[in-house]
Amino acid sequence: MAAIFQGVGAATALSPSNSIASKKFQLPTRRSVSARKRGIVLVRSDGSLNLGLNSRGRRDQPLITNAVATKSDGSAASTASKSGHEILLFEALQEGLEEEMDRDPRVCVMGEDVGHYGGSYKVTKGLAEKFGDLRVLDTPIAENSFTGMGIGAAMTGLRPVVEGMNMGFLLLAFNQISNNCGMLHYTSGGQFTIPIVIRGPGGVGRQLGAEHSQRLESYFQSIPGIQMVACSTPYNAKGLMKAAIRSENPVILFEHVLLYNLKERIPDEDYICNLEEAEMVRPGEHVTILTYSRMRYHVMQAAKTLVNKGYDPEVIDIRSLKPFDLYTIGNSVKKTHRVLIVEECMRTGGIGASLTAAINENFHDYLDAPIVCLSSQDVPTPYAGTLEEWTVVQPAQIVTAVEQLCK
Amino acid sequence: MCAQMYYRGKMFGFVHLYNGQEAVSTGFIKLLKKEDSVVSTYRDHVHALSKGVPARAVMSELFGKTTGCCRGQGGSMHMFSKEHNLLGGFAFIGEGIPVATGAAFTSKYRREVLKEADCDHVTLAFFGDGTCNNGQFFECLNMAALWKLPIVFVVENNLWAIGMSHLRATSDPQIYKKGPAFGMPGIHVNGMDVLKVRAVAQTAIARARSGEGPTLVECETYRFRGHSLADPDELRDPAEKAHYAARDPITALKKYLIENNLATEVELKAIDKKIEEVVEDAVEFADESPHPTRSQLLENVFADPKGFGIGPDGRYRCEDPKFTEGTAQV
Repeated sequence: MAAIFQGVGAATALSPSNSIASKKFQLPTRRSVSARKRGIVLVRSDGSLNLGLNSRGRRDQPLITNAVATKSDGSAASTASKSGHEILLFEALQEGLEEEMDRDPRVCVMGEDVGHYGGSYKVTKGLAEKFGDLRVLDTPIAENSFTGMGIGAAMTGLRPVVEGMNMGFLLLAFNQISNNCGMLHYTSGGQFTIPIVIRGPGGVGRQLGAEHSQRLESYFQSIPGIQMVACSTPYNAKGLMKAAIRSENPVILFEHVLLYNLKERIPDEDYICNLEEAEMVRPGEHVTILTYSRMRYHVMQAAKTLVNKGYDPEVIDIRSLKPFDLYTIGNSVKKTHRVLIVEECMRTGGIGASLTAAINENFHDYLDAPIVCLSSQDVPTPYAGTLEEWTVVQPAQIVTAVEQLCK
Repeated sequence: MCAQMYYRGKMFGFVHLYNGQEAVSTGFIKLLKKEDSVVSTYRDHVHALSKGVPARAVMSELFGKTTGCCRGQGGSMHMFSKEHNLLGGFAFIGEGIPVATGAAFTSKYRREVLKEADCDHVTLAFFGDGTCNNGQFFECLNMAALWKLPIVFVVENNLWAIGMSHLRATSDPQIYKKGPAFGMPGIHVNGMDVLKVRAVAQTAIARARSGEGPTLVECETYRFRGHSLADPDELRDPAEKAHYAARDPITALKKYLIENNLATEVELKAIDKKIEEVVEDAVEFADESPHPTRSQLLENVFADPKGFGIGPDGRYRCEDPKFTEGTAQV
């Protein structure tokens, strides 16, 4: 539980490859104890920075290593081991799910196309063949009812994982999520627990249109009685999935459509990530940048530029959207005295808005400047690629914001 | 008694009485085992009592005291009992039907995946005629029939949804006909006659227990009072009310018992007296029970109170002693 900013291991060279078959983010082994983050900037052939997360095209790009000098950590040697296995994020989710289903026969999956189809993002691939059609249940298209069914099953002893094919579809299940999922433990006086996990991909994708690009974390955040977490790397995806399944509380796990093909080396052994903790991505001194999910990668990309310009940003992936890890965040604020929040939610009523309020309430005395919150525009996500790019926060805006903040 | 207590200011909010519909609850629930589940709506006091929740616990819950079945946190519309497998008590109509479907799913899962061969628990879902126009009803009929879940959908058709007559709200008012459309039998029964209801219930529950799947039972019944204690009940035709009042299920059963020499007047009077004593005792118990303390406010929000998060001092908020006293900021 304690704070997790410790020094990072020395950067190692990555041999640049000019023939990348598919766009994958390559990340070294990570542990939450000794965090080391090395991002890779993918450059388009026309020279413009690519956001690097569209895994649909093939592009030939050189990899640029991070030249930041990093502090050494006593336990760095153990984490630089070659053990572990490389995995894509959706495979990590599947691994976590499968391990939990092996471990506890009461864990089951429900959702549209999770069984025979293997999941629309392949997170449940192979599970129906292994565990059977009842344990990996293909439901009809009735979100409200099958989410309610999951809640009823959770109340009577099972541990269901309900998948929303796209998080936006869970708007149809809002009745069940708000009234039953969040509240029944309380209104029953503690008699019934609801150990359900509701998960699915959300966020702005690649021209998916307004309705498939919603950020439900801002709509669900007020519901009392639920916890919300957002995964961003294969390591924390698997860890959070397992922790969410083992938790007795109802947990909503937010994945992102564009992050499913991230690749990372994760440990072979069993591990979970604490549901309430934030993750220190890059320690620094000048400014605290709080972010989660896909925006983490935009922030890290901006961090490259900032470092080259002489800034030292501290990047924290808050991971736990409800409740906030005020300890990690607070320690960071007390160190840097400047906060920038970068999120994908809309300006109005998003996670950033709540986080701004929470930090102002708790750490006002430590702030040297008002908190800056960069969020998506308050517009339905347009289809056109250019418009869509302007809807979400881009690395260049992050760089400008930090420069403004640190003046 | 509930109404009396309400008007005396012992309970507040929305209270929905079940007068006139008792045959449905008794006819069905008295056939269940303790492990079978019941899901109801806001009109759930009698379902709770039928399932075995003590009258004291129900009355305390209505008064909002800590000794209530839900520690006073649920109230009239949210009666829960894990011990008696009463899964609620739901305020929004239709909300409970998916939960009931889930409980039935667990029963099937336990039998087929967890290999508990003797698990034949049945779930009963009670709801009204208004709910039968709601999407959740149809979605659950589909899923229950699709997977042959051990559930019985019991429609307490009292012809009125607050002030909306069933005939004005529904294109085809015969609800039992909607069962076969989804592949399950639909049965209509006179909901004012407890023995008839019981006979139908027996077949439906046996069908579910044997794994043959769900049944839709429409019980034609009537509520003698308004929708809730706040409802002036001016819209319903007095002739209609008189028609059904003549069919009061309790008096009808009394008449039946006496005519068939199954019980004497004296015995029935003794039962009446006993019931009065139980009710009085429940009221007294509830009256004397304590109100919830401030520290109860934040309990039970999460099964695992770590869900309140990590505070600025690095400790989990739930570890803060002020948290349990209810004085800590959350």
